Amino acid sequence: MAELLRTHPLEGWRTAFERLPDTVRIAVEPFVAMVDVRLGTVGAEASAALGVDLPTAPNTWVPAGTGRAVWLGPDEWLLSSTTETPEELEARVRAAVVGLGGSATDVSAQRIGLRLTGARVRDVLAKGCSIDLHPRVFGRGSSAQTALGQAGVVLLALSDAADDVLVLVRSSFAGYLADWLLDAALEFTSTPND
Amino acid sequence: MQLIACPWCGPREEVEFHYGGQAHVPYPESPAELSDEEWAHYVFFRDNPKGRFAERWNHSAGCRRWFNAIRDTATYRFESVYRLDEPKPVTP
Amino acid sequence: MTSTFRTPEGGRIDRATTVEFTFDGQTLTGHPGDTLASALLANGRHQVATSIKFGRPRGIAAAWAEDPGGLVQIEEPFPEPMLLATTVELHDGLAAHGLPGQGRLADVPDSARYDAVHHHVDVLVVGAGPSGLAAALTAARAGARVALVDEQSEAGGSLLSGTERLDDAPALQWVAAAVAELAGHPEVLHLQRTTAFGSYDDGFVLALERRTDHLGAAAPKHVSRQRVWRIRARSIVVATGAHERPVVFADNDRPGTMLAGAARTFLHRYGVLPGREAVVFTTNDSAYDAALDLHRAGVHVQAVVDARPEGSPRREECEHAGIRVLSGAVVTGTQGVERVTHALVAPFADGEVGASSAIACDLLLVSGGWNPAVHLFSQARGRLRYDAALGAFLPGEQLDGLTVAGSAAGVFDLAGCLADGQRGARAALGALAVPPAEEDRLPTAPEPVVPTAPLVLWRVPDTSGADGSTSFVDLQRDATVADIARAVGAGLRSIEHVKRYTTIGTAHDQGKTSGVLTSGITAELLGIPVQDTGTTTFRPPYTPVAFAALAGRDRGRLFDPERVTALHEWHVAAGAVFEDVGQWKRPRHYPRPGEDMEAAVLRECAAARTGVGILDGSTLGKIDVQGPDAAVLLDRLYTNLMSSLKVGSVRYGVMCGVDGMVIDDGTVLRLAEDRFLVLTTTGGAAKILDWMEEWVQTEWPDLRVHCTSVTEQWCTFPVVGPRSRDVIGAVFPQVDVSNEAFPFMTWRDTTLDGVPVRLARISFSGELAFEVYVNPWYAVAVWQRLLDAGRPYGITPYGTETMHVLRAEKGYPIIGQDTDGTVTPHDLGMAWAVSKKKPDFVGKRSFSRPANQDPLRKQLVGLLPVDRRTVLPEGSQIVEFRTDGQLPPPPVPMLGHVTSSYRSAELARPFALALVKGGRERIGETVHVPVNGTLVPVEVTGSVLVDPEGARRDG
Repeated sequence: MAELLRTHPLEGWRTAFERLPDTVRIAVEPFVAMVDVRLGTVGAEASAALGVDLPTAPNTWVPAGTGRAVWLGPDEWLLSSTTETPEELEARVRAAVVGLGGSATDVSAQRIGLRLTGARVRDVLAKGCSIDLHPRVFGRGSSAQTALGQAGVVLLALSDAADDVLVLVRSSFAGYLADWLLDAALEFTSTPND
Repeated sequence: MQLIACPWCGPREEVEFHYGGQAHVPYPESPAELSDEEWAHYVFFRDNPKGRFAERWNHSAGCRRWFNAIRDTATYRFESVYRLDEPKPVTP
Repeated sequence: MTSTFRTPEGGRIDRATTVEFTFDGQTLTGHPGDTLASALLANGRHQVATSIKFGRPRGIAAAWAEDPGGLVQIEEPFPEPMLLATTVELHDGLAAHGLPGQGRLADVPDSARYDAVHHHVDVLVVGAGPSGLAAALTAARAGARVALVDEQSEAGGSLLSGTERLDDAPALQWVAAAVAELAGHPEVLHLQRTTAFGSYDDGFVLALERRTDHLGAAAPKHVSRQRVWRIRARSIVVATGAHERPVVFADNDRPGTMLAGAARTFLHRYGVLPGREAVVFTTNDSAYDAALDLHRAGVHVQAVVDARPEGSPRREECEHAGIRVLSGAVVTGTQGVERVTHALVAPFADGEVGASSAIACDLLLVSGGWNPAVHLFSQARGRLRYDAALGAFLPGEQLDGLTVAGSAAGVFDLAGCLADGQRGARAALGALAVPPAEEDRLPTAPEPVVPTAPLVLWRVPDTSGADGSTSFVDLQRDATVADIARAVGAGLRSIEHVKRYTTIGTAHDQGKTSGVLTSGITAELLGIPVQDTGTTTFRPPYTPVAFAALAGRDRGRLFDPERVTALHEWHVAAGAVFEDVGQWKRPRHYPRPGEDMEAAVLRECAAARTGVGILDGSTLGKIDVQGPDAAVLLDRLYTNLMSSLKVGSVRYGVMCGVDGMVIDDGTVLRLAEDRFLVLTTTGGAAKILDWMEEWVQTEWPDLRVHCTSVTEQWCTFPVVGPRSRDVIGAVFPQVDVSNEAFPFMTWRDTTLDGVPVRLARISFSGELAFEVYVNPWYAVAVWQRLLDAGRPYGITPYGTETMHVLRAEKGYPIIGQDTDGTVTPHDLGMAWAVSKKKPDFVGKRSFSRPANQDPLRKQLVGLLPVDRRTVLPEGSQIVEFRTDGQLPPPPVPMLGHVTSSYRSAELARPFALALVKGGRERIGETVHVPVNGTLVPVEVTGSVLVDPEGARRDG
């Protein structure tokens, strides 16, 4: 039998994304392994076991190996890895935190990532995000769980100029959000379709 | 659009939150030992003051944490928010 | 067409360009920079419409949003009802006509785009007049993040309407320099054509930007026509100016009657003479500017009629120009038909009006003083105070985060307005601990002339024979002094009641000119001070906002998010008909060519009962519950025992609220000693996760357990029917699918080409069935493998309708369809799912409440229509005949209602589930269901109609 093929929920949007101008680029992030980590107390032991200092400041993220560790709550993080399979990541993290009273759940397919780059990214996001994304308050390392349009999202600031933002959205909302973003970016396209 | 200060995430628009009713109404230790009337009070009865009210709120569109708040039901003003493991603030 | 009332030069219009427009079918011309109103006046046209109640001619009475007269319907470029001619910017191809009150909505979809933008600033300045510009400059120079919004097409505010000078040059030069300076600050957002229409909590202001309205048909299609700015400001400076107030007298609604300041605006801003022969009626000094400016522009000013006995020091200026000034006189009425021809003028002293004489004129200007535009302050719950000297309501308190400056605060001289704007901005910055810039100079304004005190005059006292029935207070509502007198006569005292009785202030202009007049006249009639009457409550929006603008981009396919599963494209290609389940799009059935839903569902049902069917059940809610106390938590939340579940096994469970009513149900898989996978209904996914989190966080923080949503982490495909074992066995040959090795209500992990897959023996149909769980990345591939393997057995994809029929035939309720929040597990016949061993669980204590022990509670039963034909409409009521075969007299008691109803392939007849009072005791009885006017007899049965012995689940 042939190998099982993977399909991405935003396969059908790639062409439309490619037509966007440099001021608002949208790139579909490849699938990566992600686990939801729950841990009551973060300390040296947890850092040693996980290989990363989980960020304790609300609404921040830090690089973690090949991936990232994103604060989701006072005892909750989203940990990603680009080099492990979802099962490997869950098994490794679960082994590291269970002894500390924590838990780890594979959520690799729960969300998909859209990377927005360009000078107009902040303007596009401001059409549906009520929090302040000014570089003074949303520089690299910031994150936010909030709503974008009518979809819940996690926003990660990847630059200090608010021109490089990773948007994580629940997979079932991906098509809605992709449509929403394309519509929001329309006024910045030089050759609008309609 | 009011702002509510999540004790973790800071001020966010009120639509990111869900209301959880009166705070400090614990689940009874032994429901079986309560009379029907006492149980009905727990299930159905809540205070409805004009003025300061201790309430539960959940930052449902953000960090999903529950917290408590003192809110004035006449002005809608939040006077304070506090985490579940913090004591109810003493109000004058 | 020549614009005969256009001045030879001046104004802010582009005289080099001519645009054509039509009004009431007549083609006219104007210039860019005109409003529809100024272009009509330039063409000598004052009357715009007739009034809503009396059909009286009405014209342009003001120059902007406070105009109560010039209501128009736009036809081109797109139909829009009830706009003011004074606020519609002229463009080529504009077509409009006057409107007697109500307009007409477009009957074609609006193809324009609308959007919203969130914006955060330190200081928001509303109004770009002298105060607002000064405030914005001060805030910008201090380095603050600033937004300056103004409703006009260009900045300048009152300076656009006059001849003021700043720094010894025309004031508009300073305006241009200020705008240029603001544009140089990267953190300043300056928006014209933008009306701040509402101020709300915590510095939140909504503003409507009209981005392309003025471009007409040339508007680019990919840019929003209007935008709602959702501005969150740490501090707000309200510099919204003031509205001139008329004085009420008889026949004061005749076209040609206009606010004095508006005439100056038309003259200076638009280069339009609003008439040839003018009478100016005033109670204060400001109207003298209008008289002198019009005189200089060539208008013959017949007289200035000043109600004050001592008149004004500016009398000399007028007389020097040859203008007659009548002090201690009032206008008592007008003559004319469609346009004023005469003003009736009478001496006025000590509140007494003398005999009138007529002065010929085609323009009657009126000024009764100025009302500060305190709307945004008042909306923010600021208290107003009445200033008896000005006859106006002013901000009466200091609000946190909101300062009122300039005319809006009752400062009426230019130098004062500039200084007050700067003061307002500095106060705002001070509250934010931002120091002002060292270099923050204001322009030099001429020394203000100290005005003589205005006279507060709401209305000219009735002359003999007059009853106030043509003395209009609210022109848009055709409401008069007589109406207020009637309201007061009827005993109304509160200004809010007077407003609602007379409808004054409820029209399109929301009482911008009539509100304070009503307070004054009501107070007069009641013989109480105006401050005791107060004003009605100011509510957003300040000016009308189209619903399309409020909807923004949330329409069409973005109206409500459509959630889809990983298989959505496959379903679409397979011709699925979708149904909305919450926000999910789920295939309802897959009709083959020529099939309607009934035929498709009967075919799909038959396949699942006799061969094999497959469903995309991925929308089911899934929660990973982990931790040493996971079983403890589930024991407390489910009515049955979960801690005794073995790893590898599955159990069905029901959850109740503390009131004992069912809130959700589903299966639970024990993955490990410390780990469960909880399945919820599609609609209950978020609710149940929140429910679990609520108990864990707020009641049982000591429990070592964590709950995580994995709804979209797993696609779920039930493979259902007697041949399902063959299909699963073929796709997963390494799994022993025999009943002995893989019994009902167990699960097994396996892999498919290295991809983890979980299989579970769960059945929501009563048939032998396997649920296949896989990461959605591989969903399409796995689904296809199952279809390929099932082809020999005629595997049939089925939708939610078939799923419902199959589950209803087995009497499985859908929480939220067969229940409504008043149904206990016992009512559903699920006492077997309620643990008697557990000392407590959420809802348990409520089961023993007397109301929940009532044998006449509604219980879930089956219904079989006796005619074997009628499909009972869901929601139908159920009644019963008396022993004499007659219906009881109305109101006929209702026994319950139909909750689910379908046609059954298996039973070869329709059936239903219903909640019926004391239903289980009624099994075997015949009751009746009204359907389309006839009573259909139905037999009450048990809820399980197919395979009640459960013989099929193991194949």
